[in-house]
This record gives sequence, C-alpha cells and structure tokens, in this order.
Amino acid sequence: MTLQRKTAPEFKAIENIHLIHPERRELANGCNVFCFNSGDQELVRIEWIFGNLRFKPESPLLNMAVNSLLTEGTHSLTSAQISDKIDFYGAFLQVDYGHDSSQVTLYSLNKHLHHTLPVIKDILTNSIFPEKELETFVRNQQQKLQVSLQKNDVMARRVFNKALYGDTLYGLSANLDTYNTLNRSDMQSHFAEMYQPSNCTMIVAGKIEPETLNLISNTFDAGWQNTVTKADTSQPAVIAASEHFYYNEKPEALQSAIRMGVPAINRTHPDFPALQVLNTVLGGYFGSRLMANIREEKGYTYGIGSGMSSLKHGAALFIATEVGADVCKLAVNEIEKELNSLQNELIPEAELSLVRNFLMGSLLGSLENVFSHADKFKNLHFAGLDYDYYDRYVNTIKTVTADRLQELAKQYLNFDQFYKVIVGKY
Amino acid sequence: MVKFNRFTLDNGLRVIVHEDDTTPMAVLNILYDVGARDEDPDQTGFAHLFEHLMFGGSVNIPDYDQPLQRVGGENNAFTSNDITNYYITLPASNIETAFWLESDRMLSLAFSEKSLEVQRNVVIEEFKQRYLNQPYGDVWLKLRPLVYKKHPYQWATIGKEIKHIEDAKIEDVKAFFKKHYNPQNAVMVVGGDVKTEDIKLLAEKWFGPIPSGEKYHRNLPQEPVQHDERRLTVTGKVPLDDVYIAFQMGARLDDSYYIAELMSDILSRGSSSRLYRNLVKEKPIFSEVHAYMTGSMDKGMFVFEGKPLENISIENAEAAIWAELERLKTELVPEDELTKVQNKIESTMIFSEMALLDKAMNLASFELMGDADMLNHETEKYLAVTKEQIKELSNQMFRKDNSSTMIYLAEKTV
Repeated sequence: MTLQRKTAPEFKAIENIHLIHPERRELANGCNVFCFNSGDQELVRIEWIFGNLRFKPESPLLNMAVNSLLTEGTHSLTSAQISDKIDFYGAFLQVDYGHDSSQVTLYSLNKHLHHTLPVIKDILTNSIFPEKELETFVRNQQQKLQVSLQKNDVMARRVFNKALYGDTLYGLSANLDTYNTLNRSDMQSHFAEMYQPSNCTMIVAGKIEPETLNLISNTFDAGWQNTVTKADTSQPAVIAASEHFYYNEKPEALQSAIRMGVPAINRTHPDFPALQVLNTVLGGYFGSRLMANIREEKGYTYGIGSGMSSLKHGAALFIATEVGADVCKLAVNEIEKELNSLQNELIPEAELSLVRNFLMGSLLGSLENVFSHADKFKNLHFAGLDYDYYDRYVNTIKTVTADRLQELAKQYLNFDQFYKVIVGKY
Repeated sequence: MVKFNRFTLDNGLRVIVHEDDTTPMAVLNILYDVGARDEDPDQTGFAHLFEHLMFGGSVNIPDYDQPLQRVGGENNAFTSNDITNYYITLPASNIETAFWLESDRMLSLAFSEKSLEVQRNVVIEEFKQRYLNQPYGDVWLKLRPLVYKKHPYQWATIGKEIKHIEDAKIEDVKAFFKKHYNPQNAVMVVGGDVKTEDIKLLAEKWFGPIPSGEKYHRNLPQEPVQHDERRLTVTGKVPLDDVYIAFQMGARLDDSYYIAELMSDILSRGSSSRLYRNLVKEKPIFSEVHAYMTGSMDKGMFVFEGKPLENISIENAEAAIWAELERLKTELVPEDELTKVQNKIESTMIFSEMALLDKAMNLASFELMGDADMLNHETEKYLAVTKEQIKELSNQMFRKDNSSTMIYLAEKTV
C-alpha cells in the first residue's frame, strides 16, 4: 500500500477532560488548605495566597512592596539568613504580586520540608521590613523602571491599563517618585492586616503524605493567629477614561507598539467561555485571523495576538503587537478590517471546528502535571466558581454557534469603541 | 531518572521514545544538527530564517499549522547557534498527525516564493523588535565579535545585519535544505502516553521512505585561546550604564563545564549568591548583576553583566566584579556553599522531570552530543566537583587576558 502523504491521518476529537479535585481542610485559625495529591516525584509546591488590601491612592505601591519585601527580614532572621536556609535545602522561594492577590510560593523536596516550612512561617508572622532593605528595594526598582519606560510595549500597556481601569490597583502606572511614598510604618500595618490566616488560602500540590499534612498543620496552625482587624479587601469602583485614543510619539522608533481593546466580562459571566472562543478566532492562537493576516500575509510584525484579562473587579479584551513604524497605520486598518469581518460575517464552519479542536487540545495540554491541576482550581476558586464551570466551558467550546459568536462580536468588537494606544510612530 | 528506548532507521534517523503515562498528551521533538554556527559569514541569520520557512508548507501539505490545530495540537521551534529544534505537543491519541506533518517537511518543502518574501519581512521585524528597538538589545551583536575572532559564534542567530536577511534567495533556501535537513542530520524524540512498539511502526511508515541524504560533516574554524585583554565602549540611547565582562570557557561536554556551572551558581544563583549579596545588598554597587554561561557546544562564554548605581563609576563597578573573582581564585569555597549549589542542581533535576517537553528536548540534545543517557548522569557530575577544582578553574579562566569587557554608556541628554 502506498503512503497517502496528501491526506491527513484519522484523528479523534477529545471527549472528556479529567480534572483532579482537591481535598479541603480548614485549620483552627480559619486558613483554608486545598490539597492536590499526585505525582511520582518526592516534591511539593505550597502556595500561600492573600487577598490584596484596598487600594490607597496616596500610597499606591503598598500591596506590591509589602509582598516583594517579605523575604527581606524578620524578627529572628535577616534577609541573608532566609535565602541561605532556603537555598541550602535546594528549595525555591518566591513572592508574587498580582492584581487581586499576592502570594508566597515554596517549592521543596519532601525530605527537606521540616527545614523549609519554619522559614515561611517566620516570614508570614514576623516580617519587619528593615529600613536598609527598603532603601535597596526602592533604589533598584527605580533603576529598573527607567529601563522599562524605554520599552514601547511596556509604555503602551501602562497607558492602556490606566485608561481602562483608572485609579485602581489595575490602572496603576508608577513613576520614579511613586516609590518615595513607601515607608516602613505603613508597610508594617499593611502586613499585619493582610497576611493573616483568615485572609489566606493555602494550596498544596505534589506528593502529599500524612507526614506532610502534619507538618503543615503543626507549623501553620499553632502560633499563627488572626489580628483584631479583619483584612479590608474591598476595592474602589473601576471607572474607565472618557478619552479613547492615546498617541505617544517616538520620532526615532523603528517599531510602534499598538495596544487596543475594551472593558469586557470576567470568568463569572455566563458569556465568558463563548467570548474566549471568539477571542481565539480573532487572535488567540498561531492560526488566528490577526496572525494570518498581519504576520503571515503582510509581514508587518513578528507577532500579534489578542487576549482576555479576567480580574475580580474588571475585565478586558485586548489586542497587542509591535509593528514596523512605517506600516503602523496599515496595521491598524487591518485590525479594524478583522474586527468588522467578525461582526459582519459568520465564521465558516471549517474554521470554527478547527478552533473547537484546538481549544480542547489546549485545555488537555494545559494539564501537564499536578501543579497545573492546582492552577485550574485557582481560576475557579478565586472567581467564586465551582468545577461545573469547566463542564460549561467544554460544552460551550463544542456547541457554540457561529451566529452566537457574531452576536458577541457585535457586542464586544466595535473598533470605534476600542481604547487605542500607540507608542512609536503613527 | 528519565527512561527511554532507542532505535535507528535504515536511513540514519535516530529515534528515542520516552513513555510517560501520567499525561494524556504526546510530544514529538525533532532536532536538526544545524545552527547559526554553520552559516556562511556573508549569509548570516540564515538557519533562523530557514526555521521560519519550515512552516511555509511542505511538498505534499500546503499548510503546516492548520491540520495540527485541527487535531488539538500546538507547535513551535527555535534556532540557536548550535541547533534548530522543532516540537509538537498534541493529544497522544492523535500522534500520527505529527508523524505525517514532520515526515513530509523532512522529505521536502514547497519552497514557495511568497512564503520566503513574507518570512523575510517577519524576521526583519523580529530583528527590530528584539535587537534594535529595545534598550541594550544590540549588546550581543557587539559582544560576540569581541569574544570570537575566528569561530562563527561571532554572530548571533538573528544574523549580523538586516541586509543578510533581505538578500536571501530561494536557491539558497533549497541548498540549505539539501545540506542539513535529512534523516542523518536529525534526532527525533517522541514522549508521553505512547508505546515504543507503536512509535517504531509509525516511524518506519512515515520516516522510513525518506532518502538518507548526505551527512553533513562540520568543520568549523576553532577559536584560539585568548591572550589579550579586549575592551569596547559604546554609547547609546539607554537610561543606565551597563557593564559586560565575558570570558572564554570550555565546550558543553568538557569536564570543566560542570565546574564552571557551579561557579556561576555560587556567584549568581538566587538571593544567597555572592554577587547579589555582596554587590547589590551589602555594598550597594549595582542595581542588578548576574553571571551566566552560554552553554555552547563549542568553546563557550562565561558572562558577567551588571548595571551600576548612578553614583558608581564604571571603574569601581568593574573592580568590584574582579574582587569577587579574586576571591574565587585565592580562597577555597566553603563546604556549605558548595553543598548548597549542588543541592540546588539536584532538586532542579527532579523538578524538571515534571515537564514532558523539557525531558524530550533534553534527550534529543544529549543524543546529538553522543548519548541521550548522559541526561541521567548529569547530577552525579555536578556532585563530584570539588572546591579545589573550582579554585583551579577560576585561576585558569578569570584572567585579564582572557576577558572581553564591553561598556554600554548612557548617552547624556543635554
């Protein structure tokens, strides 16, 4: 039999996605612990996730700075001692500040947990934000910021977020001076209010043995108490700007950064999965309309894509790219054409079925290991959703119609309503 | 421990199978033994441009991406100075689609003029985005020729200049394909929820009929030992001064590579490392400072990079780095500190076993260097390094006359 090289082999559609559900425990101090037990390797990832406190316009960097400086000293350990202990046991400790929450993450081999966990406990209960470390942090952040401000894509993102989200944690674009608002005493009170068990969710993923759980309970229950003040995690209302067009001219730019989009819906909205399908068609994968036209057909850019950000108090659908400065106007015109075409014409069935299969493959592929299962859970948990969400998501991918997607395009993909930011030449 | 099975087709294609049933996915990774080092000095950036053209349709399949996306797969590729690597991840039940696509483009490309024209533009935009329109983006375009005088590592994978990319012709593309893209010059790794017997059948079916082609025998000018202190100062529109000091070091398979990697960890891995602790925290000299290695298959680079604080002179910044090197040259590393970096290597290896694609790429890369099983002996090589070896290598490597210093000065605005 001769080989049929012109014909694609048979393939199977993905029917079901199996997600590992966590076991939930609650410590006596109110901290919720979610455990994902699986894996052949003798290691574990533990996350301590805290809701950010209410945005303070007079000290806008507090949430970020307190999180960043958690590893910089406690009543009993200096910054150097903390890193020595963690590094010596081959563990990884990181702090991450996000728009809605901030977290501490520990990656550790199980055999070293009894050495590494007490360090985290110390950080979460005894951090002191030493003056010298704060100075170092501010100095280095200010230097890094000077470099970032020279990058067109970074500038475009800052201007875009400010326009969409206004005076909130999401819209913040710090200047060099903003760092001078930080002081130890604000940070200490912020720390005391935010980093307490009732504002903490722990997520444990990896090889979890009874001994692992005992260690966690013993370390993070006894001796970790709530303070009197409950953490205020409410946020000011998001108010988008009235101005929709921003042009920051850079006469010597070789490329222009373009970022444009609209306020949209977050994961809790019933239309979110369908809008994700539409977003994928537009700019969410390599074969998307934007990539096919603006990179693969016209060669205006190295890459263009669209995405959705789903935040607790806001959401956006946006397009981002960097294009040759001489073709910036042409690229913007092509983006407009692609948006209009999704509003005016039905997505052909062949394209839609490809996107359905692609999204299912992507979902399956995103479940690489036990950490990924924990990450899927976080998407749900912090949006107040349960696992039914993924059933709805899968169902929408498989069944959403071209008509429905056209309706959504008419609702969300109006070029005239887009916020548009251009940094470079136009 | 990453287990695998291995076989070679009659046409010379080396195949490795890593069975991992903890995932419903599969990976098909093909490494071609060609990188920017194999380019003509007047036609640089070609290996990378060629990588883009591999997605422009093959002899029997006009569109590479769509059929893969249709079965729930994704793909990408990268080019380095040493190799070009292509990978697909997809649901394991659809693995045959990956064989169909990859075997057809190993058989022959469509060589479309339109694809060449568009990808030349895309790569030129990539050149601008990553190397020209970024603060400090052109550092590697300038530092490489300072360190390498003979070896083709003197140019970056993107190429020396945009003109080389503009000038690429379809005949060059065809010749490059013939020379480098055939079964003898490739290593394929299939990993994930697959069985070796099935992969054998699929490999025979799809890759077996491809002619073996000509074996490419690499014969590159080797870089002579450096005996002169080199220095370059450039001024540009960047916000801060930046200091780079590069040293020639051993190739990836040299015993000295493992010693050097531990040295770079001692100096620069994590916040307990010497450079961070001493030169960012204790004595505030830099806002950031790092040490790292290029890990090249031929003679590599051990690089220091630091942005001095605004009140620190370039001379003092350089002197501070040299003082740390002097310490490595004169004092033995304390036992605890060596154990620390070795522990970190050990745990990193264990963590990396959780990522299927990483495992597949590593197997391919070690197989190319001689034996995929070397992956499973990496940790022990690091654990065997002694503090005496670190001191000895520091003395050999961190010499002024083995250094290339590049200073990037911020243009003062009037």
